Amino acid sequence: MVTTAGSVVQVRGLRVIRGPTTALDGVDVTVAEGLITGLLGPSGSGKTTLIRSILGVQVTAAGSVTVLGHPAGSAPLRREVGYVTQAPSVYPDLTVAENLQYFARVLGVADVRADTDRVLEVVDLGPQRRQLTATLSGGEASRVNLAAALLGRPRLVVLDEPTVGLDPVLRDSLWHTFAQIAASGTAVLVSSHVMDEAVRCDRLVLLRAGRVLAQGTPADLLTRTGTDSAEQAFLALVREGRTP
Amino acid sequence: MIATAARVLRQLRHDPRTIAMILVVPCVLLTLLWWIYDGGPTFTSIGPALLALFPMIIMFLITSIATLRERRSGTLERLLTLPLSKISFLGGYALAFGVMATVQALLASALMLGPLGLEVQGPWALLVLIAVLDSLLGVALGLFVSAFANTEFQAVQFMPAIVLPQVLLCGLLVPRADLPRFLEIVSNVLPLSYAVDAMNEVARESVPDLTLPLVVLVAFIVGMLALGSATLRRRTP
Repeated sequence: MVTTAGSVVQVRGLRVIRGPTTALDGVDVTVAEGLITGLLGPSGSGKTTLIRSILGVQVTAAGSVTVLGHPAGSAPLRREVGYVTQAPSVYPDLTVAENLQYFARVLGVADVRADTDRVLEVVDLGPQRRQLTATLSGGEASRVNLAAALLGRPRLVVLDEPTVGLDPVLRDSLWHTFAQIAASGTAVLVSSHVMDEAVRCDRLVLLRAGRVLAQGTPADLLTRTGTDSAEQAFLALVREGRTP
Repeated sequence: MIATAARVLRQLRHDPRTIAMILVVPCVLLTLLWWIYDGGPTFTSIGPALLALFPMIIMFLITSIATLRERRSGTLERLLTLPLSKISFLGGYALAFGVMATVQALLASALMLGPLGLEVQGPWALLVLIAVLDSLLGVALGLFVSAFANTEFQAVQFMPAIVLPQVLLCGLLVPRADLPRFLEIVSNVLPLSYAVDAMNEVARESVPDLTLPLVVLVAFIVGMLALGSATLRRRTP
């Protein structure tokens, strides 16, 4: 496992115990700037636990998580990391603009109005800005959630299953948005349990039962396993029982 | 802190029915009690205590539900990944609901001193001050207990569990000095007793001495907010 220049997240030997189960066991992961890193694995494989560890909101048992040179969750990172939770964590009884303005103020963004306008444009929600968040469709609400994470131009954006339950057109446009965010130099970490979405990522981390099955570029993984889809590659890796 | 308070008030503004209930329900209940006692001596003797009850009960309920919603909807987890101190979060809630409580206390005391004819010896502004402190006590208690409720059902049950005993022992039903000795001692450690003592003192004395009750109330508010902030964890298992 090579630590590349420009790596934003370094997870080393991470172990997390949740209740009676070991949710993550000896996980090593790197996330690089300007790229989309896909965190793929079935439900219950530890994706959310890994994401929460990178955000520094998860109690860990062993190992280290370093983000931009600081321990995960430390105070200097609170302006540098945007977190898109699985369920929209915005206030349903506020309008879209009021939600974003509040989070921008908490972040201490210099020009609250300008930054709110900017992120609304990125997620294409300009016309809904005065609408109550509770009255939005599921897809629109998840875009508000994404917009909130982009306030203050964080250097790392972490998204937990942002495309679940969305129609294919909306999913496609969200992935275009992620690519746009990564192109601005931001590191993007996206989790998904839909293996088809692997082709959208620059790098992949395949997770299963709390362990990393493999990581690398999508092309690498297909070549190494001699398969032609991420799903087939995943199955091949499980059959081999190999670890990276 | 200001940003959080403004956000909480904005949420309330989108919910005019809740605002109306915060402001109108205490006034309706006070009028009902006045009617029940036909404005007689019983009403005069319990009137000041009633002014202390409603702010605390209502703010306790609203705060415990609002904070529980923050905990369960993921917004609290998001806020704790942002540069927001726990004191700002709690202080924001206390400030926003303190504003609501001030308006409520102004309305309730205007009603009591005006149309309902309650006579007090001390300055009426002190009644409002005590009512606001009392509502902050409700906010602080609500923030604290919301950490121990996993569902809205549990949060609502904390009302009879935490607030009702204080109402029974605060001197509203039986003067505190006339309670059985053990219950009197219990009432001495419950914060609402001091709010009611303070209200009664303002009603009786033209120059009331409120040092003890106000110090106890403020100490309880600060203490409960500190305990509440200890229940906000940035890292959870």
